[in-house]
Amino acid sequence: MERRDRLVASPWPGRIGWAVAAALPLGFLALFFAWPVLALMATGFTDGGRVTLDALGEVFAQSRTWRVIGQTFAQAVLGTALSVVLGVPAAFVLYRLEFRGRALLRGLATVPFVLPTVVVGVAFTALLGPGAPLEWLGLDQSLAAIVLALAFFNVTVVMRTVGGFWAQLDPRPEQAARMLGASPARVWRTVTLPTLTPAIASAAALVFLFCATSFGVVLVLGGRRFSNIETEIYRLTVQFLDLRSAAVLSLVQFAIVALVLVLSSRLRGRRERSVSLHYSGRATRRPGREHWVAIAVFATTTVLLHALPIATLVWRSLRAPDGSLSLVNYAHLVVPPDGSRLGSTVFEAVGLSLRMAVMAAAIAMVLGLLTAFVVSRRPRSQRLRRLIEVFDGFLMLPLGVSAVTLGFGLLLTMHRPLGIGFDLRTSVVLIPIAQALIALPLVVRTLVPVLRGIEPRLRDAAAMLGAPPLRVLSTVDFAMIRRPIGLALGFAFATSLGEFGATAFLVRPGAQTLPVMVADLIGRQGAEHYGMALAAAVVLGVLTAGVMMVAERWRGDAAGEL
Amino acid sequence: MNQGEAAACAAAEAVTTNEEEGGVTNAEAGGSGLDVLGATVHYGAGSRIDAGAAIADVSFAVARGEIVALLGPSGCGKSTLLRAVAGLEPLSAGSVRWNGEDLMGVPPHARGFGLMFQDAQLFPHMSVAKNVAYGLRWRRVDRAARDARVAELLGLVGLPGAGERAVTELSGGERQRVALARSLAPKPRLLMLDEPLSSLDRALRDRLAADLARLLRETGTTGILVTHDEGEADAIADRTLRMRAGRIAVP
Amino acid sequence: MHAPTHTYESFEPGSALSASPKEASAARRRKAGVRSALGLAASTAVALTLVGCTPSGDSGAAGSGDASANAVTLVVHDSFPNEEFEAAASAATGYDVTVITAGDGGELTNKLVLTKGAPIADAFFGVDNVFASRIVESDVVEPHRAADLPTRAAEFAYDEVGSLTPVTLGATCINIDPAWFAEHGVAEPSGYDDLADPEYAGLTVLLDPTSSSTGASFLIGTVASFGETGFADYWSRLVENDVRIEQGWGDAYNGQFTQGGGDGTYPIVLSYSSSPAWTVSEDGESTATAALLDTCSSQVEYAGVLAGAQNPEGARAVVDYLISREFQDTIADTMYVYPVDEGAYVPGDWQRFAPMPGATNDLSPAEIGAGRESWLKTWSDATGW
Repeated sequence: MERRDRLVASPWPGRIGWAVAAALPLGFLALFFAWPVLALMATGFTDGGRVTLDALGEVFAQSRTWRVIGQTFAQAVLGTALSVVLGVPAAFVLYRLEFRGRALLRGLATVPFVLPTVVVGVAFTALLGPGAPLEWLGLDQSLAAIVLALAFFNVTVVMRTVGGFWAQLDPRPEQAARMLGASPARVWRTVTLPTLTPAIASAAALVFLFCATSFGVVLVLGGRRFSNIETEIYRLTVQFLDLRSAAVLSLVQFAIVALVLVLSSRLRGRRERSVSLHYSGRATRRPGREHWVAIAVFATTTVLLHALPIATLVWRSLRAPDGSLSLVNYAHLVVPPDGSRLGSTVFEAVGLSLRMAVMAAAIAMVLGLLTAFVVSRRPRSQRLRRLIEVFDGFLMLPLGVSAVTLGFGLLLTMHRPLGIGFDLRTSVVLIPIAQALIALPLVVRTLVPVLRGIEPRLRDAAAMLGAPPLRVLSTVDFAMIRRPIGLALGFAFATSLGEFGATAFLVRPGAQTLPVMVADLIGRQGAEHYGMALAAAVVLGVLTAGVMMVAERWRGDAAGEL
Repeated sequence: MNQGEAAACAAAEAVTTNEEEGGVTNAEAGGSGLDVLGATVHYGAGSRIDAGAAIADVSFAVARGEIVALLGPSGCGKSTLLRAVAGLEPLSAGSVRWNGEDLMGVPPHARGFGLMFQDAQLFPHMSVAKNVAYGLRWRRVDRAARDARVAELLGLVGLPGAGERAVTELSGGERQRVALARSLAPKPRLLMLDEPLSSLDRALRDRLAADLARLLRETGTTGILVTHDEGEADAIADRTLRMRAGRIAVP
Repeated sequence: MHAPTHTYESFEPGSALSASPKEASAARRRKAGVRSALGLAASTAVALTLVGCTPSGDSGAAGSGDASANAVTLVVHDSFPNEEFEAAASAATGYDVTVITAGDGGELTNKLVLTKGAPIADAFFGVDNVFASRIVESDVVEPHRAADLPTRAAEFAYDEVGSLTPVTLGATCINIDPAWFAEHGVAEPSGYDDLADPEYAGLTVLLDPTSSSTGASFLIGTVASFGETGFADYWSRLVENDVRIEQGWGDAYNGQFTQGGGDGTYPIVLSYSSSPAWTVSEDGESTATAALLDTCSSQVEYAGVLAGAQNPEGARAVVDYLISREFQDTIADTMYVYPVDEGAYVPGDWQRFAPMPGATNDLSPAEIGAGRESWLKTWSDATGW
């Protein structure tokens, strides 16, 4: 028998529930991100216990500082522009045209984004460096090489963000424009492009953030000459222990990130509102002659930008030190060559990487789900909505803060934090925590648009059928994002698997994750070790690609931002 | 005891309980059924984007077993009024009472009311049967009784055997039928229908209006029908109230 | 608005996580929604525990915080044989030795300086002569005079009180590919000046001293050779002569050197005096590379006891073990450098193909400490990097 004797519900359980859901990710970020980063920056801004801002003046008086800031912007602007120019046609081909093998291509096109920077750096050097197939282009150690590598990663982001939106766009206004006599080019310029602009802008903001804080690629391909703020912070902290200057640059980085986040949140809001225009009919078409420009750009991107570096890497991994074609490099990963004393075998490294990634993905997933649920609410109170926006922005910050700053900051703060009984600084537990920090924004950005896209009246309908709030959450929200959850999980897992920067700057036990092992092998004497590094890089690429392909199958067509 | 009796008992018990607790009596509130007294909803500047029209000082009553039509042009606040009665929209002033009991602070899911949306709002991730059974999930109904109830309702709305179909495959008329079945399944003490037929074509609308009238009578449902179609109001409702610019027009 | 452009599977709450929803009673069903949420949390918790326990179990997460008085932690740089060392050192010292890694030599030094007062370990190994003064002057080391200091270790001692204990010796030297020069009819280069000679334009790969300790060592060699006023000019000439500057040793040697990873095109590279031992022919009679012994600078790697160590006794024992014959015998094979103990094992190939250079271009750690920052800045200006 159902009793209705306690009909009058207090609003407090609900409020407390949401507060807890917001507090968990906030607490995690405050403890493992904000505190360490701020502690390290505070060290830079204090002198004998006194706060001093002299460093600001000193650092900004140096011409190198401005050069580094200028280079950061130049690389990020060019990288973003190229990613957009190549990503939009890719979005069209993969989300608006219908052809066999589209799902597979979409899955493959996601892989570059999750490939570890160590691997991509090696691949680009193997393609553009001295003695490489494309040496004649003269792109080695040039700005162009950095921009190409940035585009290598980020075309995917544009393709996914814009494609997901485009797939749901009503084609009828375009058809109407055609019937009014507009040429295809004119339709594109006057109808399609304006509609896509919020999605493109939102993607560009995200890509700009990734490019402006890029570390491994800039370091490996550009060296000191093309330093950006991120690599400069690395050098100042790791080599010079100049925490004052590093703190100032961290501030600059914060400012850039905050600016981009505000901008992107604005643009996202606009995009999510305009999604309500969307169309549930059939919007895809068979490829035709009029699509040749998009198809040609997409094909060129796929073959030259994506496939070629990866193919070069695979090909070189298949060559023995004497130049013959063989699997000896892979064999060496299993049975190390004579006289080689590796810290761990490839199996141990893969095992450790997988365990760390499972743990990191689990943390990122739980916190990401809570965050996404909170962020996707639109409460009546305007103040609450503002608060949610700030919360959303705060959770994106790990995307834009230097891994070195985080690594060294953790060192300063994690000595028995919060009274726990052991030294977290040297604990292996810190590895998945750092990886989860990196993966969390990706999880949130994958889930939030889908949750926001859920028609709010479906929740009303559920409530009117007697479902209490928690059950509305589980039977409507949670049930409807099961596929995106699969994708987000894949993203989190693949990102953690390939994560190098944050992991490398932690104090860690001898056991190596696969990306750290690749870096270690590159730095070893003996030609067979270099071959093994290439082979291990391929193994890592195959692993992350495999994870993404599986996640992609779960995904369905719901539009996430990534 | 079947599901219908269970729901009826639940409602009866609720009444008793409230009387025992010394709340407002039915007599004082003006009889059994729904009473809306001076209901006002207004939206501040910068409020929700999907906010509907405001309503001001709306009062009316619906007796048990009665079906009242709210008739008016679009944008006059009919849907807002329904949402306010449902508890989905907070009242700025006035009250909503059931059997004399003020529902202020009672969340929508606990009011025992049903609401059928203009565009069905079926759960796209569930089959037809799961949609219809949704409202029974939160009641202690065993699986067999639930399945029986679902089959009964699908038969009632003219879609026997459609339970395993995906809702995405349904036509507009079928969706509305499923939505109706879903709303009726938990035997709401008050069913509100927000333009249930307006998205359908003329012929289908006339046929479904007749079906709807019959179904509501057969199930003895207390109901509010929101529509802008006078014929539909006449065909289904016992009584018609006209709304204009957020107020009930004086007849 | 949500568009059902694809078909969702029907969803029974909890069906993904509970074993048999079909048999579930009606009462249980009421809790289904909550259960799926709880199920997610629970499975996550299980995953965390499962995954969390295993790695920390086999790798010693405790560090200085370990309650056991017998535990001692050694923090090292990247290229150290951690696990073999743990077992051997534990057996030899009677302590329970754990090894943790903290990046390359520079990163290790800075991490130790930053954690002054609450050290991450009891002892350290891997700070080289480039960074030695920074760590000593930051007061993070506890002086310790080892009992059986090898003769050569005394020669390379940092100071009188034993702030740092030298463990390995190495030398960074320019390496060349003699076959390349024979093939191209060019005379082999022999010293610093040849690298700036137009005859060798575009043939040399060096390392960025701001990111590589090998590069820093070579820079110090040029300061020692050309003087504090002359080295900048030398580097300007190098840049004019089209030297390539890489970030890491691996990128340079394995990536660019003609005798490196396979596809390199540069026959002159900055590497170590021991490198020719790694390019010995199959028959062991010759080596494909040669070190230019006039271009060498010494690299000494030190160990030490950290001030504020939880287990200073254990720390001293571990440092003593690092200079014991048992460990010194393994150094050449595992770390590609010479043991500080001149009596310790060095492979036969080394004696033949990779001898310790006689005269090196060196400066004292104190001189390096005083000049390091300004030299790096001068270097940046001279090379335009």
